[in-house]
Amino acid sequence: MDKQEILSQVQDIFRDVLDEENIHLTDETTANDVEEWDSLTHIQIIVAIEKKLKIKFTSKEILSWKNIGEMVETIQSKLVA
Amino acid sequence: MNDFLHLKKNLKKDFSGLKPIKVAVLGDSATQFLVQALRGTGYDFGYDLNVFEAEFNQIDQQVLDPTSELYEFQAEVVLIFQATHKLLQKYNKKLNQTGFQNLSGFAEDTLAHTKQLISTLQSKTNAKIIFCNYTEEDDRVFGQYANKVEASFVYQLRKLNFLTEELAGQTGNLYICDLSTIQNTIGRETFWAPNVYTNTEMVVSIDALPHFAQAVLQIIAAFQGSFKKCVILDLDNTVWGGVIGDDGLENIQIGQLGIGKAFTEFQYWVKKLQQRGIILAVCSKNTESIAKEPFEKHPDMVLKLADIAVFVANWENKADNIRKIQKILNIGFDSMVFLDDNPFERNIVRENVPGITVPELPEDPALYLDYLYSLNLFETISHSGEDAQRTQQYQKEAERVIFQEAFTNEDDFLKSLDMISDTKPFDNFSIPRVAQLSQRSNQFNLRTIRYTEDDVKRIAQSDKYVTFSFTLEDKFGDNGLICAVILEKRDAQTPENKTLFIDTWFMSCRVLKRGVEAYTLNTIVDWAKVNGYATVVGEYVPTPKNEMVRDHYKNLGFASKGGVWALDVATYENKTNYITRK
Repeated sequence: MDKQEILSQVQDIFRDVLDEENIHLTDETTANDVEEWDSLTHIQIIVAIEKKLKIKFTSKEILSWKNIGEMVETIQSKLVA
Repeated sequence: MNDFLHLKKNLKKDFSGLKPIKVAVLGDSATQFLVQALRGTGYDFGYDLNVFEAEFNQIDQQVLDPTSELYEFQAEVVLIFQATHKLLQKYNKKLNQTGFQNLSGFAEDTLAHTKQLISTLQSKTNAKIIFCNYTEEDDRVFGQYANKVEASFVYQLRKLNFLTEELAGQTGNLYICDLSTIQNTIGRETFWAPNVYTNTEMVVSIDALPHFAQAVLQIIAAFQGSFKKCVILDLDNTVWGGVIGDDGLENIQIGQLGIGKAFTEFQYWVKKLQQRGIILAVCSKNTESIAKEPFEKHPDMVLKLADIAVFVANWENKADNIRKIQKILNIGFDSMVFLDDNPFERNIVRENVPGITVPELPEDPALYLDYLYSLNLFETISHSGEDAQRTQQYQKEAERVIFQEAFTNEDDFLKSLDMISDTKPFDNFSIPRVAQLSQRSNQFNLRTIRYTEDDVKRIAQSDKYVTFSFTLEDKFGDNGLICAVILEKRDAQTPENKTLFIDTWFMSCRVLKRGVEAYTLNTIVDWAKVNGYATVVGEYVPTPKNEMVRDHYKNLGFASKGGVWALDVATYENKTNYITRK
């Protein structure tokens, strides 16, 4: 899966979990840019991504990303492996 | 099972019109998601849970401080959730300080603390307490040998769960939410997400939360008097394998061989429900004599005709037959469960009998039981010795219905029943049954205040109240305790202002139209007269289910007065009935 596809799947999950259709994610998007994305909903998003893409994040990774681009990179590395 | 996202979406829906219930959640881990799951699940149950969520890890402070927010909130239900992982941390700490030799009392020490919390809560509120037991976690320090080592964590944890059950058995108002069984069912890998826990202090995974919330809501729903009272059984391929009318007595599948085993085990389960007090009825498309044959003659049948309160076998449609069963049993459709292997029949019943629960039994009978276990349909909050006799009482009722058809005159029929009532204040024998009836009665219940056994005990001992319980026996048998009233003494300066307020009046619908209402009112007024009360006042508080008694006081001759109903004691004339006091 290339980064664009991952980004689009992650965006679907954000929209579903946050119940907000107007979310548009880019590599540079951070939690400050998405209103409902807080520490609680972050966990929901993480678990939803884990489930949908059948991967597991480590505890460290969960809080390590500065933006969506870094998150997508982690996901991609897990999908390749 | 709905997922967490569904529950979260529920939170945005319209809660107006749902029954509000105040629930306090006290936990030693992060409970934000749990609270969302509870409210979201509450919506699906028809409740608007108004939740007070204590700050993280503030259980002791909230319970022990009489001025805490918890007490200010005045919860109806207090949920206490202490996580196994936190318990393990306490165990580890203690071990570090004192060594294994001092850990054999860990469960008992922890229980002592729990006891203190519970008794403090009980002394300060009438809230019902739901206490979560501990999910199992084995640190494997001793391997499986831990089962032989009293000081091992898993030994102490299981002991603690057992001791907590014992405590709950002895403590009214304390109910256990069986988290341990939830984890056993969905698996520890699903229940517990260590990567999430590390970042959040959340000890229940997002996938486990809906199960947790459902278990809590099932208990809360039972508090509200909503539970199943009756199972209606199809026969062919539900109770036994094969079709009795085609295959014959020798060829139906039941017993210890092959698929017969599944049906036998299913029957044992249904029999247990019956012994617990769930009424069994049969609704089968069959010729009655043929349908009854296995019950009478097959050596491997666990269920006997004596276990079935109402037996309906004919070729009419099942929705009509279930209505007939409902008429005899006089309980709400929403307290009935219909089990049938045939999807077509299930659909007809589901579409035509509103409120009835119709589980989608799996195609393979071997899976029936595990599927039914997973639904946990038979939650309850009381159990009394009288439960087991219920079948007999309903069988008698079916006989009465047939007997009554022989009379054209209602009075002649009632006279011929030779009815006797044991009428007396609540005592130790009647209190459990009064409490149970207070939980179960929905239709004939004037104010629908739910009293637990502890509540009833307190009222029975108080000199502010007068209580009466009523049994009803007739030529067909004993109905047991069927009615209770709680009268509040509202004394005043002058005798003409002394009022007796009917705090509670409920009656089992089994005995409708027997004159029990008249007999009960005579008893109330008689007491009022002897003790110098001028007026008896009653109130009707409407619920979705007690429409039946909307005009109860009016019909008995009470006059409407400022939203309540008043009856003048001096001018009251005893109402005719055919019940004799024992």
